[in-house]
Amino acid sequence: MANTEQEVLAGLAEIVAEETGLDAADVALEKSFTDDLDIDSLSMMTIVTHAEDKFGVRIPDEEVKNLATVGDAVSYIKGAQD
Amino acid sequence: MTSARDVVVTGLGATTPLGGDAPSTWEAALAGKSGARTMDNDWAERYEIPVNFAATIKVKPEEVLKRPEIKRMDPSAQYAVIAAREAWKDAGEPEVPGERLGSVVSSGIGGIWTLLDGWDTLRERGARRLLPTTVPMLMPNSPTAYVSLDLGAKAGAHALVSACASGAEAIGYGVEMIRSGRADVVVAGGTEATIHPMPIAAFAASRTLSLRNDDPEGASRPYDVDRDGFVLGEGSAIVVLESAEHAAARGARVYAKIGGVGLSSDAYHITSPDPEGTGQVTAMRAAMEDAHVTTADVVHVNAHATSTKVGDLTETASIRHLFGTDADHVQLSATKSMTGHLLGGAGAIETVFTVKAVSERLAPPTINVANPDPELQVPLVRDEPVKLPGGDIAAINNSFGFGGHNVALLVQNA
Repeated sequence: MANTEQEVLAGLAEIVAEETGLDAADVALEKSFTDDLDIDSLSMMTIVTHAEDKFGVRIPDEEVKNLATVGDAVSYIKGAQD
Repeated sequence: MTSARDVVVTGLGATTPLGGDAPSTWEAALAGKSGARTMDNDWAERYEIPVNFAATIKVKPEEVLKRPEIKRMDPSAQYAVIAAREAWKDAGEPEVPGERLGSVVSSGIGGIWTLLDGWDTLRERGARRLLPTTVPMLMPNSPTAYVSLDLGAKAGAHALVSACASGAEAIGYGVEMIRSGRADVVVAGGTEATIHPMPIAAFAASRTLSLRNDDPEGASRPYDVDRDGFVLGEGSAIVVLESAEHAAARGARVYAKIGGVGLSSDAYHITSPDPEGTGQVTAMRAAMEDAHVTTADVVHVNAHATSTKVGDLTETASIRHLFGTDADHVQLSATKSMTGHLLGGAGAIETVFTVKAVSERLAPPTINVANPDPELQVPLVRDEPVKLPGGDIAAINNSFGFGGHNVALLVQNA
C-alpha cells in the first residue's frame, strides 16, 4: 500500500532516530545523511534494510549512494511504491 | 609495598545477577543473596529444556544505555560497556594518552544472540533482511572493540578466549601489557550473555547444569553434598589496571595490587579437569612465585567452584596438595553460589570480589552449603563473611575453563 510523502518521511525519521539517537523531528527533508546527520555507511545500510522492510520496497545498493538527503530517500521510496 | 612497574587496581565496574554495579553486587554477595531466578519465558516448555531458571542480569541494559547503543551492540558488548564505563569513572577517569591505554575484554562464547537471531532472520525472511551490523555484533572481539572505542584505547584491544577462564585470563594479559611497558593503564575483564534457549539446552545436554527447578536460589551449592551442577549466569565485570607509578603520580585510590599471574593447561580432556590437579597446582604456584609470596602468605582463595562434584573437589585437593598445612588458614569462598556461572564473565567478577576481599579484609560467603562435602579439604566461608587478617596478605582467584585452561591471579594489599 502506498504511503503519502508525509507518512514516508515520518516512518523514515523514526528509523533514523532509532539508529542514531537523533530526535525524529530533526530528520527533515533537506538534511544530508552524512554532513548533517553524521550517518556512516554501516548505519546507512542498516537504515536502508529497515526502510525496505517498513515500506515494502527494494533499494538496490547502487541507488543508496545517490540518496544524499532525507528528501532523496523519501522520493525514492515514494517512487518505488507507486 | 609496591614498585614502579607493579600493577594495581584503581577502578571496578560490574553488571551482574546481583546488581547493576560493582558496589551493589559486592553488598549483595556479602549479604549472601542469590541472583538465580525462574525465567520469565516459555523456553523450557516450548523446547523441552529441563531447566527453567538462570541467574539473569539484575538491571537490564535498556535502563542504562541509549537506544542506538542497544541496537548496535550484542548484549555481551552492552554489559561490557556498562561495566567499563563504571570502572573508568570509579578510577577517576584517568588522564592517559590513547596510545598508553589498552583494552582486554573477553567473552567465552561471543555474540550468540546476534548469531542465532541472524540465522533465524536468514531462514525466515531471507538474506536481504540481515542487518549489516550482524558481523560486528557477533564477533567475540566485539566487547573489547566497543570498550576501546568508548574510551579511546589505542595501545591494543584484545579478547583472549579460554571458556570459563576467559575473564581472568584477560586480566592476566592486561597485567602483562603494563609490565612489558606497552601500556600504563588497561581496562580488563570479561563478559557473557548466553541466557538464550540454545546454549541453555546445549549446557543441559552436556549434563552440567543444575536441574533444581523448584528452588532456583538454592540450586548453585558448591561443596554441598547435594549439588547437581552449575547455574547459568550472565553479566560483566571490568577492572582498571594501572602501573603503580602512574597511579601514584595522579594520586589515585588503589584497591589492591595484582602481584602474580599463573597460567597452565591440562592437556588431559576437553571438559574434565585433570583429576591429579597438576595444571591447577602449576597455575597457583606460578602466580605465587611471580608475586614472590608463599603459601604462608595466602589467606583467601576465591574458588572456581561451579557446583559440580568433580570440579569442586579437584580444586580443593589441588589447594591442599600445594598448601599442605597452610591450607588450614585459607578462607575459601565459592561466590558462584550467589552469582551463578558467568562463563567468560566469571573470572572477572571473581577478581573484583577477590580485590574487594583483600581491600576490605572480608572474605565473601558461600551460600547453600547445608551439608558440606566430607571430601572438602579447605576451610570454607559459609553463610556469613569472614574477617581476613591485618598486615600484608595475599589471595588467589582461581579460574578454570572447558579445554583445560587454568588461570590463577594473585591479589595483594596495596
